[in-house]
This record gives sequence, C-alpha cells and structure tokens, in this order.
Amino acid sequence: MLDLTYTAPTPKVISGAKHDWELVIGMEIHAQVSSNAKLFSGASTAFGAEPNSNVAFVDAAMPGMLPVINEFCVEQAVRTGLGLKAVINLTSAFDRKNYFYPDLPQGYQISQLYHPIVGEGEVLVEMGPGVARRVRIERIHLEQDAGKSIHDMDPTLSFVDFNRTGVALMEIVSRPDIRGPEEAAAYVTKLRQILRYLGTCDGNMQNGNLRADVNVSVCRPGQYEKYQQTQDFSHLGTRCEIKNMNSMRFIQQAIEYEARRQIAILEDGGEVVQETRLYDPDKGETRSMRSKEEAHDYRYFPDPDLLPLEIEQAWVDHIRETMPELPDAKKARFMGDFGLTDYDANVLTAELDAAAFFEAVAQGRDGKQAANWVINELFGRLNKEGKSIAESPVTTAQLGGVLDLIAKGDISGKMAKDLFEILWTDGGDPAEIAAARGMKQVTDTGAIEAAVDEIIAANPAQVEKAKQNPKLAGWFTGQVLKATGGKANPAVVNELVAKKLGL
Amino acid sequence: MSIDIDTARKVAKLARIRVEEPDLPALAGELSGILTFMEQLNEVDVTGVEPMTSVTPMRLKRRADVVTDGNIQAQILANAPDAREGFFAVPKVVE
Repeated sequence: MLDLTYTAPTPKVISGAKHDWELVIGMEIHAQVSSNAKLFSGASTAFGAEPNSNVAFVDAAMPGMLPVINEFCVEQAVRTGLGLKAVINLTSAFDRKNYFYPDLPQGYQISQLYHPIVGEGEVLVEMGPGVARRVRIERIHLEQDAGKSIHDMDPTLSFVDFNRTGVALMEIVSRPDIRGPEEAAAYVTKLRQILRYLGTCDGNMQNGNLRADVNVSVCRPGQYEKYQQTQDFSHLGTRCEIKNMNSMRFIQQAIEYEARRQIAILEDGGEVVQETRLYDPDKGETRSMRSKEEAHDYRYFPDPDLLPLEIEQAWVDHIRETMPELPDAKKARFMGDFGLTDYDANVLTAELDAAAFFEAVAQGRDGKQAANWVINELFGRLNKEGKSIAESPVTTAQLGGVLDLIAKGDISGKMAKDLFEILWTDGGDPAEIAAARGMKQVTDTGAIEAAVDEIIAANPAQVEKAKQNPKLAGWFTGQVLKATGGKANPAVVNELVAKKLGL
Repeated sequence: MSIDIDTARKVAKLARIRVEEPDLPALAGELSGILTFMEQLNEVDVTGVEPMTSVTPMRLKRRADVVTDGNIQAQILANAPDAREGFFAVPKVVE
C-alpha cells in the first residue's frame, strides 16, 4: 500500500490591534450511535416518529424502572474506537451527571466520566495534498441523549418530546490540537466520514445526529509549542466553550467570532472568563449562557443501577477483524492501485457509496479514465439533478460498458458522452445502443485515407501553408472529421494527415 | 470535612429540595456527620484490594439491539400535569 506522509499545516494567525494571535481549539463531538433500540431501553431510535411514541418507561424515568444496556451500542463504541486507532478499555463504568432540565426526566444523564470505554486515539485531518493535522483523541464515552423541547408552539409553554431521550451517544473528545476554524471544520468532516464508513453514526447534522461543542482559546505565537512540549495548559489562554453546533459553517463562524472577541478583551487589558457560550447564527455572535453556570455543578457519582461494563479482548478482536476499510487506507489504495491523483482520490473516497461505484467501474479498466468519468460526467450530472449516487440511473455495468467501447477504440470521446446521455435518460446496453445508432468511429485506415486524400487534393493552398507551419495540420484533421461525420478516430486521422503532408 | 450552611443551601438548591432557612443548620450538621463517618472509613488500608461492585460475582446484563418497547404514548403522558398534542407541556424554558 502507498505510504502517505504529511507535513503539519501552519496555524491560523489573527492580527489584533497590538499583536498577532493564534487559536487553540479542542472539540467534543456528540455522535448519535446507529442502532435500532436505545442505550438502556427497548424503545426505537427512529427519527420523526409521533411525539413520545418511541418512549419506554425506563426513558420516562418511571419509578422502579432499571436500565439494561444494549450490547450493540457498546459494540458500536468499540468499533468507533478501533476506527480512531484508540485504546479500548476492557473495563469501563457508568456515572450519573446530575442536572435538572425538562427534557431530562431522570434528573441525571447516564454517562462515563471516570472510566470511559475508549481511551486515546487520533484522527488525521488533511488540509491539502501532503498537508495534514494529526488531532489526538483523548477519549470516547457512551452516554444517553436528552429529549427535545419545542418552544414555538405556545406563547407560555414549552412542549417536550422524549423520543430522543435515552438514545445512545458517543462523546468524542479531542485534545486541543486544532489550530484554526478551517481545521475545525475539516476535523468534523473527517470524523463524520470515518463514522459513516464504520456505520456507527449516520452523521446527519441536520437532524442533530452529529453535534459539536467547541473549546476556543487564543495565545501569542510560540505559546502553543510550549504547551505541546510540556502538555502544561498554563501556557495557553483561558478557554470558552461554544455549545451545540450542528453546521460546519456555524462552527467556523463561531470560532472566528469567539477568537476575535477574546483578542479584543485581552488587548484591552482584560481577562477572558471561562464560560459556556452559545452561537447565534442570525446575529453572527456568541453570547454567554449564564443560566447554565450554576447547573455546571453536576455532582457526578457512579450509577448504582449499573455494574461496571466488562468486555472481553476476544470480542474486541472479533470486532477488529470485521472492520471495513477506512478512508485513509482506501485513499492510499486508490492512489496506489489505480494511479489516481490526491484530489481525485479524496473526491472518490468522501462517501462510501461513491467509492464503491468507482471501484466497480475501475475494476479491470483504466483507473484514471474511470475516475474522470465518475467525477466529471456522473457526479456532474448527479449534482445537476440533485440526485445521490444511489439514485444514479446509470449503473456501474453501463458506465463500464461505455469505457470498454472507448478502450477498444470503437467510439470517440464525443460519442461516449452522447452514449452516456442516452443511458442516463433511456437506459439500455451500451454496446447495443452504439451498434443500433451507428456510433462507431472509423478506424479503418483505408476509408480515412480516402477522405484525407480528398481534402488534401481540394485544398492545395492550405497544404502549402501547413508545410510551412505544421501547426496548421489540425485544420486538415478537423475537415476530415467533419467529412466523416465525426466517426473517424481522431488519433488515426492525425497520424495520416501528418504522413500525407510529409510533416 | 464539614458542611457549612451555605454549602447545605447550595446542595439543596441543586437537588431542587426546598429547605427553609431555619432548617439549614441542622441539615448542615447531619451532612457533616455523614461525611465524618465516610472519612473514618478512609482510615482502612485498601491498597491492592479491588473495589467490590456486587456481592456475588455478576456480569452486567445486556440486551440485544431489538425494539421491544414503546408505542405507549398515552401511558407515558398519563401522569403529566399538562400534555398537549402528544407532548408534555411545561412552563416555558428558553435559553
């Protein structure tokens, strides 16, 4: 396999009124686990159901109800840990995080503060060809999601739906290794891609299945390197946490705004207060969530309803053996086996469906050509019509058939595009359609030669010019193609024209 | 460790338990008593002793990932002081 090496990107620098500043960012990603049932109850996790219909008595925290863990959710967390090259803790335990809120009927969230199921790992975040940030993962823990409150259905009441209450979440906590808004967005994108490859979270940000809390601080250039050498946080600035964002654009805007806010305070001689803030996309600013300050005393303690979670190494090994190929490995393989460029390999591995489609088309064919057709013709057309790859009217076999006709020299590039268009709208077998519609480029030298002779004989003046300036030979090729109705193989025509003109 | 009246007041508030001001000193005293007892336990040397999580060796019970519950909206909402259109209705909470 191709071994890709990377250099680290340069951190973003923001010029304040007085000095330059750098950003230090750590993220907590809440990823909803893909499962049928909830973490501790047998109620469904399906999105969009009638309010309070996917709720068991356990989720509603009825007295006497006890949580029973969903083994598949544990497996998904382990799989995610393995996907992030992380340490899997064979013993982990659940704690109660206590706070009151209407969408939390238990009055506490079952989480894993002291003994998370997954320990340290890493994510490689590419910022360009050969440039990538290695973001360290501190831990992943399993916890319950909260319900949903709706505030706009009544002027004086909030409406609460417990359907999401108790759905399993993975909280993926990074180290403060991210150095700018773009890196933050790229990190979330990469994490989302890995989770989707693993099938452990669908990554649907619109539905809130992937949400980010972002810790932002600023420091003077040079301070961050001191932190990395010593892992001593005192070299860094005071951080603020921006809660609950579910859009890449908002994440970037919020970080940018928050960094500038902190810089303004510091350059004014003030101090940044460590606090939780919310991003308001309408105003483009972050504001303090003062109401949550006191609630931050969570009084964690081990959940007495749940024994420690002990898993066996053999089980972890079994999960490891059934891991799918991950984005980094797939990209390296596409570059190595199919000779793709870094850019094409990134585009084709972004989504699993697209990668599989490409691979089916490229198998046994020219990989670069397959990549061009999948990216330019197919993706271009899909984007234009707002379709996903799963909805593509052209199958891998059909596109492969088109490429085979090109490879055999049967059809020209222009014909291939026409043929693709026909397959898109009418379907059918590429070879049969090409035959039925007379799409066949003439490679028979005899026929082309006759056409070339004819054109040369009819244009003595052009022949003289072309002999002076060989670049003008292209004119003859164009005339021959025209005369043959576009069916002559351009490569063959070029060759013959050059030969006949004695170039 | 002793619990002062302010801490007792804060803990009561966090636990959403109303404690009248005159009751706080006694409560603080009781909480301090409990903590003092726990501190006494700390004197026992438990070096090398695994924490006991259950009386008999037991493995955390697990469930298969199958939907076996739910679709009991009426029962879930039965005790709600106010429910409308399938939702619990509570006094407005907006961040």
